[in-house]
Amino acid sequence: MPASRVLPTEEAADLIGLVRDLVTKELAPRAAEAEATETFPRDVFRLLGRAGLLGLPYPEEYGGGAQPYEVYLQVLEEIGAAWSSVGVGVSVHALSCFGLATRGTEEQRQKFLPDMLGGDLLGAYCLSEPQAGSDPAAMSTRARRDGDDYVLDGAKAWTTHGGHADFYKVMARTSGEPGDRAGISCFLVPADAAGLTADAPEKKMGLTGSATATMRFDGVRVPAERRLGEEGEGLKIALAGLDSGRLGIAAVATGLAQGALDQAVAYAQERETFGRAIIDHQGLAFVLADMEAAVETARATYLAAARRKDQGLPFSTQASVAKLVATDNAMKVTTDAVQVLGGYGYTRDFPVERYMREAKVMQIFEGTNQIQRMVIGRALAKGAPATLHVTQQQETS
Amino acid sequence: MNIVVCVKYVPDATADRKFEDDNTVDRVGVDGLLSELDEYAVEQALQIKDKQADDTEVTVLSVGPENATDAVRKALQMGADKGVHVVDDAIAGSDALATSLVLAEAIKKIPHDLVVCGMASTDGGMGVVPAMLSERLGVPGVTLGSEISVEGETVKIRRDGDASTDTIEGSLPLVLSVTDQSGEARYPSFKGIMAAKKKPVETWSLSDLGVDAGSVGAGAAWSVVESTDARPPRTAGEIVTDEDGSGAKALVDFLASKKFI
Repeated sequence: MPASRVLPTEEAADLIGLVRDLVTKELAPRAAEAEATETFPRDVFRLLGRAGLLGLPYPEEYGGGAQPYEVYLQVLEEIGAAWSSVGVGVSVHALSCFGLATRGTEEQRQKFLPDMLGGDLLGAYCLSEPQAGSDPAAMSTRARRDGDDYVLDGAKAWTTHGGHADFYKVMARTSGEPGDRAGISCFLVPADAAGLTADAPEKKMGLTGSATATMRFDGVRVPAERRLGEEGEGLKIALAGLDSGRLGIAAVATGLAQGALDQAVAYAQERETFGRAIIDHQGLAFVLADMEAAVETARATYLAAARRKDQGLPFSTQASVAKLVATDNAMKVTTDAVQVLGGYGYTRDFPVERYMREAKVMQIFEGTNQIQRMVIGRALAKGAPATLHVTQQQETS
Repeated sequence: MNIVVCVKYVPDATADRKFEDDNTVDRVGVDGLLSELDEYAVEQALQIKDKQADDTEVTVLSVGPENATDAVRKALQMGADKGVHVVDDAIAGSDALATSLVLAEAIKKIPHDLVVCGMASTDGGMGVVPAMLSERLGVPGVTLGSEISVEGETVKIRRDGDASTDTIEGSLPLVLSVTDQSGEARYPSFKGIMAAKKKPVETWSLSDLGVDAGSVGAGAAWSVVESTDARPPRTAGEIVTDEDGSGAKALVDFLASKKFI
């Protein structure tokens, strides 16, 4: 059962309709097998790209869909409900375009963005390193200026789409030592750059249809025109994108939880014990009710943050709250879905055990939930102003 | 070239469809959509347009209730250029003859070289409207095409029959119907959704077409659904266990009893 939604425009409703059509006919039938065989569905991203779904939150003039986050995130949720590896992939792609869209020069945007948003290309994002995850300033990958180029050396860990992407948004150190926040710069590196290679994909617990690999930079030469922002602005660009990326993961996690709830409800309506459907036993119905409350809470929380972003208000804390709530709730809901299906839920014949494995990583990536709590705690310590904001009406063309 | 595609707004075939008390299709209780079989017609029209000169225009035409604009809009989102929606309370309950009358009169008001239809609707399922249209318009009817090509004034199709595969061709203007084997319909893109908002859709009534309300609708229908019964629930299959070598004969007997062999 797809979720009931309130959308700001008719075109947004049509967009969700299109996404449901694509998800039902093209994604859902393939998810289980691709996940079981650890096959990255590159063609699915081409399909989504042709439908215009890989550039939704970006301006129309560069080939994007000019949709508010309120709408874009609900699209991500719908995709995540059927196939979270693809939902995560769409979010990562959007994140990989973020630096260029927000910090690139007009010339850079005109040159690179339309292809990145138009659907044929798939992006990836290189921030973490084996020794620099939650603390990205600890990174040691170097970008050394050499004439009109930079030369990159080092390794980037946990790269979603690593080895499959067409371009990589890479944070590397142009000055300073590991731990220095100011010496990091941001580069847009094409996949075919000489010296750029991907390790074998990680053998993960879940999201096995999404390739995750360490990217190795061995003297990779990148023209200076592919540097985004000024030297030293890289970490700022990366962190600015992360707030939006966290909203993306919150939406995908909400979709994952919705998908697990749908499976659990369908099963509970069919399965009978003691002469009636198990959904008619109060003890089981209460489990399902708590799952529904968790899903609705997650959705409301990420949408509240998205509407702040769409209004141009600060939303960093709310993004962390959304990521924390949605992914913790997804973990709980998917675990309970396994419980509702009982022994069958624990088998690989039903998808809920996979959902449970997929939920776990959402508490870890895009900032662990401990980091989210740190962000929220720091905001509390600083004391947020109790502002009142009147909603600006969106333009609907 | 001017192409008109006839599309029908039907109850979602995947939903639990029902009839009203008067044995007409329940169009309120079930979500409606563009008939999937007509999506193939839209797709073929768009493919023909893609291969033709730039001035080729695809007009999508639907006769149906208010909500049928959804079907027109979906076709516009897929890439059709403009829409015509004929809506009139008097049309409710029309049979295929009356439907073809309204369609034909509407088509006469639209510039057309080629009229494209699906093979049948997913609700009525009679599949007779394309032939009726060709008769009413006085043009050839080239029906049930599974592969379509247009060269100059000639439309050529492959029709897959039970016993033979036929190649049929006709000269424009003509009515073409296409099957569900003619090629998967494209998905709209988000850009298509946005563009469709700006495409013109005209709404016509029977009087705009000069059609007498008394010649359409339930009252004028030549055929009436007298009664309907829900299909009985599926029964358990028969399991043949081969214990003494009689299994093969049992299977053959079963298939023969169902006239499969």
